[in-house]
Amino acid sequence: MSEVIVVTSGKGGVGKTTTTANVGTGLAMLNKKVVLIDTDIGLRNLDVVMGLENRIVYNLVDVVKGNCRAKQAMIKDKRYPNLFLLPCAQAGDKNSVTPEEMKALTDELREEFDYIILDCPAGIEQGFMNAIAGADRAIVVTMPEVSAIRDADRIIGLLEANEKKRADLVVNRIRMDMVKRGEMMSIDDVVEILAIDLIGAVPDDENIVIATNNGEPLVGSDSLAGQAYMNICRRIMGEEVPLLDLNKKQGFFSKLFKKGN
Amino acid sequence: MGVFDMFKKKASGDNAKNRLKLLLVSDRANCSPEVMELIKNDIINVIKKYMEIDCEGLDIQITQTESESNNGSVPALIANIPIKEVKHSTDK
Repeated sequence: MSEVIVVTSGKGGVGKTTTTANVGTGLAMLNKKVVLIDTDIGLRNLDVVMGLENRIVYNLVDVVKGNCRAKQAMIKDKRYPNLFLLPCAQAGDKNSVTPEEMKALTDELREEFDYIILDCPAGIEQGFMNAIAGADRAIVVTMPEVSAIRDADRIIGLLEANEKKRADLVVNRIRMDMVKRGEMMSIDDVVEILAIDLIGAVPDDENIVIATNNGEPLVGSDSLAGQAYMNICRRIMGEEVPLLDLNKKQGFFSKLFKKGN
Repeated sequence: MGVFDMFKKKASGDNAKNRLKLLLVSDRANCSPEVMELIKNDIINVIKKYMEIDCEGLDIQITQTESESNNGSVPALIANIPIKEVKHSTDK
């Protein structure tokens, strides 16, 4: 049974693409067959976060318009045998694809993949409508900050209006030091305000920047963010995984290793 | 130091949470100024049946009120309606 999941947030810069890359890679590590689709036409980024930017031949618009088959456009990630990326067009605009075309594409991909994960563009216009069209469920990414939460609330309303039965929340870029001082909303605060189920909490971790610099998702690493993303993957698959203790300090050896660098 | 800490302003995290709670009520209800005006007019029409009110002085707004159950403040629609005269009951 395959699932189509859209990763969305409303606001830009909260971590949709990073979440898509890490969740997709994590599910592939857990032996699921996964395709990631970048739907941000004109502003593609999932390719570069995944480190696959040099291998693009065809893109999403080519597939939808029938210039090539989906198989030709999908890039196989050599690091993980079950992971594929369908990159987006860097030219053109969001209106060059319709929600009906997107739904037809995701339905076609269901036959081959366990998980089809769509990286949604920021905003609530056509690009958003395209990305959610074929999705069974949504992951709403937000961070403990007023504008990101306000936009997430708007997105949740729109998902409900479009009859998406399930939307789960990822609270990203939490800084526990600030939460402790009372200068940042806690995970509980955010969940209380948005009133949807929490599927994961990811700390603001400098390892994310390093991983993105290198084009390697950090899911599966022993960094806190890497563990948090792997937990999200397990919860997506239906496992009950307790919330990670974000107060935990990095291990002694990993610190030592960093200093040695 | 401890004495001064007592006078320090409230931590910004709580401030953010309270502001959002208020804001999302109007966002979710789509309470634009136009919608608020419509609500106001409907309230006037209902109350006018029973008493004479000062329509100009009527003011409605979404604000926060203390809640006993929800251990904190909850959003509330507050209407301030100055009464001019209560009509005599016309029961027969």
